[in-house]
Amino acid sequence: MNTYQRIVIVGATSAIAEHCARLWVTRSPDELVLVGRHQEKTEAVAADLRTRAPGVSISVRMADFQSPGNIQQLVDELTTRRAVDLVLIAHGSLPDQGMCQADLSLANEALDINAISPVLFAEAFSGAMERVGQGCIAIIGSVAGDRGRKSNYIYGAAKGLVERYAQGLDHRLGATKVRVALIKPGPTDTPMTAHLKNSGPALASVEEVAQCIVKGVDKRKPVIYAPGKWNIIMLVIKLLPRFVFNKVNI
Amino acid sequence: MVEVTSWGRLTRHQHRVIPVTDRNQPGLSAAPGSSIAHGMGRSYGDVCLNGGGAIWQMRGLDRLISFDQGSGRLRCEAGVLLQDIQRLMIPRGWMLPVTPGTQIVTVGGAIANDVHGKNHHVVGSFGDCVTRLCLHRTSGEVIECGPELEQDWFAATVGGIGLTGVITEVELQLRATRGPWLSTETIPYDSLDEFFALADDSESGWEHTVSWIDCLAKQGRGIFMRGNHVGEQDMPLPRARSRSVPVTPPVSVINRLTLPPMNWSYYQLQKRRRGTGTAHYESFFYPLDNLHDWNRLYGPRGFYQYQCVLPRESGESGIAAMLSAISRSGEGSFLAVLKTFGNREALGMLSFPRPGVTLALDFPNHGHQTLKLFEALDSIVAEAGGRLYPAKDARMPRHLFEAGYPGLDNFISFRDPGISSEMSRRLMGS
Repeated sequence: MNTYQRIVIVGATSAIAEHCARLWVTRSPDELVLVGRHQEKTEAVAADLRTRAPGVSISVRMADFQSPGNIQQLVDELTTRRAVDLVLIAHGSLPDQGMCQADLSLANEALDINAISPVLFAEAFSGAMERVGQGCIAIIGSVAGDRGRKSNYIYGAAKGLVERYAQGLDHRLGATKVRVALIKPGPTDTPMTAHLKNSGPALASVEEVAQCIVKGVDKRKPVIYAPGKWNIIMLVIKLLPRFVFNKVNI
Repeated sequence: MVEVTSWGRLTRHQHRVIPVTDRNQPGLSAAPGSSIAHGMGRSYGDVCLNGGGAIWQMRGLDRLISFDQGSGRLRCEAGVLLQDIQRLMIPRGWMLPVTPGTQIVTVGGAIANDVHGKNHHVVGSFGDCVTRLCLHRTSGEVIECGPELEQDWFAATVGGIGLTGVITEVELQLRATRGPWLSTETIPYDSLDEFFALADDSESGWEHTVSWIDCLAKQGRGIFMRGNHVGEQDMPLPRARSRSVPVTPPVSVINRLTLPPMNWSYYQLQKRRRGTGTAHYESFFYPLDNLHDWNRLYGPRGFYQYQCVLPRESGESGIAAMLSAISRSGEGSFLAVLKTFGNREALGMLSFPRPGVTLALDFPNHGHQTLKLFEALDSIVAEAGGRLYPAKDARMPRHLFEAGYPGLDNFISFRDPGISSEMSRRLMGS
């Protein structure tokens, strides 16, 4: 079990990120920085973690997730004083596919927050980590990025972009000690998916997904399906020939 | 719309699920029509259901807010699980003073149903450890209440089955504990008289008392269990092992054929374990929590719980009459619990616990036949001046509810007009 001494979580109010943070603080790291978009909500997460782990220094930083300048400046501030051992980039939102098709500005927003923004954060951290020659960049993608399908391909396309990015970043950093982990949760029981219950496969609990992620990061896996069974399910879905796949209503 | 069911799995109606994630802005007015707060869905009947309408899913409010290690005061959001509090606080020397038979329930649900534990005679029910709560009304009004603040609102909300507003935030007074262990004693009994003697005898020296009763045995034989908290033990912590019931069997596993051997062997097994021992709190308080989805064992039709409390004077004969009505009916129960409550009235207007004796039974749903038995049991409860537990109920008649809960008239004026559940429509007409 690794103890990451300095952890940064971007998108700390995401339920999956919050539950990962709960697991990581039990290992008594020195410092945890929560980066969020909403001050009050992020502070609530910080208060929870401080109550769970009174010995850990937990701070909150605000950022504009869609401003490259703002992201760069924040990451510079976080990495100059001391190296970051682990960053989890977790923000995202699950848009309604139908509404994205009807309104391009919603599609634009979804692509921005699920693809561009996490990539910019990862890119900013990668430079700092490469310079000190250590660290781990964990990015939350999705099983939806493995193959586009009609019910959520805008979201899937964004997550697919994140995957291709993570692959390239991993290749670039292959000779260094900096590691990249792409996390692909299956459908998870979070506030983001409350309206989906029962309409598809059983949702995994957010606690279970967080445990898979924390374990996967410990084992230095480059790709973490959470729960692990999605590795097999998505393999089958990826291999389905087009003439079969296009008849499937998923 | 999403199918939502409660622990008894008797109905599976469509609900609109509205997640609540911000304790300061729960967004309650966003629900057109009525809605009801829903936590883990661990109540057995329809208290947490609102078929055709909406529920507020409270699990997103699962953050702790602050904890004072010196005084044991914990502030948290209403969707926090009791399990989360126990596992985090016991190593720090504090624990919940009151806990029901499962820890996989939310704090808000524990308050709304004013749940009780095995130590009712010492500490009362869950409402007794609440020092403050924050109630959001659908009008947008926010009411802070507690034992010394807006006491009427507090008394209406504790045990108020979610109808006075949505509990978003809570302050609890934990109790100091020396560790996770209890010293226990297991005593078989062969008659109800023996049970009552044991219960009375244990009241002063034992904090936790409960018994399993074999409702198929005419005399009312069973296993009495009692326990006290003790300090550190030179024992390894039990390994966390949990299993789950992976599928719903086509018929109830607990049925007329299996029940007699199950009850017989459980009794014989426990009888052999008579005497004293040491138990970890999780196995002592929550024996079924390690078997996830155990409610599936009752098959696709689900099951009923029937839990009543009878005043002590009429209780001894009342319990005997109920047991004989059950054995006449041919229905039977495996998870049958008999326990005495302490001599204290609960603080909630609709709280279930009261001085006397409580019997809890589970019955696989055999439709008409099961409901027929309940009618017979209802008349015994009514005659004894007892009442049924809303958290367990899916079918009690309105007149029995009204007779059992004299605080109801007073309660009605505290209801939130934007909140309604299947139970409130059944028992209060709206």
